[in-house]
Amino acid sequence: MSATKPVNQRAWWFVLPVLVSVAFSALVPLMTIVNYSVQDILGPDQAVFVGMEWYKEILRDPDLHGALYRQLIFTAAVLAIEIPLGITLALAIPERGWRASLTLVLLAMPLLIPWNVVGTIWQIFARGDIGLLGYVLTQLGVDYNYSQHPTDAWVTVLVMDVWHWTPLVALLSYAALRAIPEPFYQAARIDGASRWAVFRYIELPKMRGVLTIALLLRLMDSFMIYTEPFVLTGGGPGTATTFLSQYLTQKAVGQFDLGPAAAFSLVYFLIILLLCFVLYNFMKDPQ
Amino acid sequence: MARIDLQDLGHRYPGGGDSWALRPMTMTWNDGGAYALLGPSGCGKTTLLNIISGLIAPTRGKVSFDGRDVTALPPEARNIAQVFQFPVVYDTMTVFDNLAFPLRNRGWDQARLRQRVEEVAEILELQADLGRRARSLSADQKQKISLGRGLVRPDVAAVLFDEPLTVIDPHLKWLLRRKLKQIHQQLKLSLLYVTHDQTEALTFADHVVVMSQGEIVQIGTPEQLFETPAHRFVGHFIGSPGMNFLACEWSAGAATIAGVRVETSSSQSPPAGAALSIGVRPEYLELASTAGPNTIPARIAAVRDQGIQKMVQLEVGSTLAWAKLRNATAALPSDTTFARLPPARCALYADERRVP
Repeated sequence: MSATKPVNQRAWWFVLPVLVSVAFSALVPLMTIVNYSVQDILGPDQAVFVGMEWYKEILRDPDLHGALYRQLIFTAAVLAIEIPLGITLALAIPERGWRASLTLVLLAMPLLIPWNVVGTIWQIFARGDIGLLGYVLTQLGVDYNYSQHPTDAWVTVLVMDVWHWTPLVALLSYAALRAIPEPFYQAARIDGASRWAVFRYIELPKMRGVLTIALLLRLMDSFMIYTEPFVLTGGGPGTATTFLSQYLTQKAVGQFDLGPAAAFSLVYFLIILLLCFVLYNFMKDPQ
Repeated sequence: MARIDLQDLGHRYPGGGDSWALRPMTMTWNDGGAYALLGPSGCGKTTLLNIISGLIAPTRGKVSFDGRDVTALPPEARNIAQVFQFPVVYDTMTVFDNLAFPLRNRGWDQARLRQRVEEVAEILELQADLGRRARSLSADQKQKISLGRGLVRPDVAAVLFDEPLTVIDPHLKWLLRRKLKQIHQQLKLSLLYVTHDQTEALTFADHVVVMSQGEIVQIGTPEQLFETPAHRFVGHFIGSPGMNFLACEWSAGAATIAGVRVETSSSQSPPAGAALSIGVRPEYLELASTAGPNTIPARIAAVRDQGIQKMVQLEVGSTLAWAKLRNATAALPSDTTFARLPPARCALYADERRVP
């Protein structure tokens, strides 16, 4: 077969709209960041090329190490809690009928609330003087104060995130569970499988695709978490709940250190990319 | 292996009101028999199958295996294997693990288990695939695995099939069906095979159980179902096209159509007041050019030449009937003619049932 293919380069015009929108939404900003990251911006028209200087600086920055460390622990905790909890919830949701509908609506509520409102709700909810949670804990004799104790603040942010996002995992898992045909369960009963075996060999494998999506979404989202802790604790007390994005914002907008901030956001971007890549390859179908 | 008895067994689904998904019935499935349950969708055949395997608890009645009442037992305690319409395999396991799964759940030791799985793999010709992941196999091989998970249990009383060939490629259907027959002869298992495909049922089974609207309307060999349908439904459902039913009247101790006396194979008189008809297979309906005994006026409405045979559509009074003429090379008379009903080949039906 050596038939010559007709060549028509005009087809590129069809790709142009996508290229333009990707260029403006991703490539141009990315290149601007790359540009910033290797220069010292002194003023609107004054910039000096500094090479790898900012990269060296941020990689030696102890505050950044602290934020990255907190971020990794936080994201690991989020995934370790929300994925199993979401699956457990999905397994407990009734299969059909009005109970199922009601449960789904109730479960989806936190997902409908804007992120800054979630922060505000928890800020008030956890207050020791007027908040339901904080007041009850204090009355029970628990020494709880999220605006003063770093551990309390960190745990509160974590619980808030679990409250906010576990429903997403649960809804996705529920959808996957409902898609399993009945004969799989019937065959398992005839084979004498235990409840655990049904979960392990039927439900979990069938949820695999959906769980991969849930895991990646929660990984990326929790790694970028900004609004809720910003509203709840402002990153404090001290730096106890200052995660990467907030640290970055402080650097870029607060101190206007555009060079280091740009260098840092590139590193940040690569970390997320790497984590997603590793997880995706770990989770994808072993075909 | 066991004899399965159903005693006054009936089932209603919750929310189904007073209608029976399965009307109360009593019957026996003999040990080692190959039965096909044939009927249209929604006739209750899958319900019956699921009651026998224990996936559904019947509303009333009793199921017993070899005289032992198992109605209250769960599926895993019943020694039943079931193969479903869509192949059920455990995706993440290898073929070996799939086959071993029911035995592991029953606490078999490794050596015995391996030997048994290899035996079954040999019967099913799956030896070469034992180490492969089950999900990578084709639909017919997956269906063999589902069957294999039933066969590995040496105590299995019966294997139930719920339209197992639906998703199998046509050229493999034939092979797999032959494999089933072979396994049946080799292992002497009782097989119950649900299908809505008459060819599948008639080639697979020694006994075909025809169901309609939650009721067993006839049990018989393929030949009995064809020659002497006990119910108009069986006449319609078996055969292609189905049996012709010509409305008739009862006068002076005989059936008449358009004033012509028609002798049938039925020797008894029909119950008074029943709607009567005479059933005759298209294969047996004859064309005639002159009046005579058992010969009624008919008009040819259409002729379809199918090469090996001619399908002739006749207008008998106001009803249409098919006649299937084999090796009919002669030209057919074009207009009014007669149709002859061979007395031995037609029967009287009162309401829906055949008059003996």
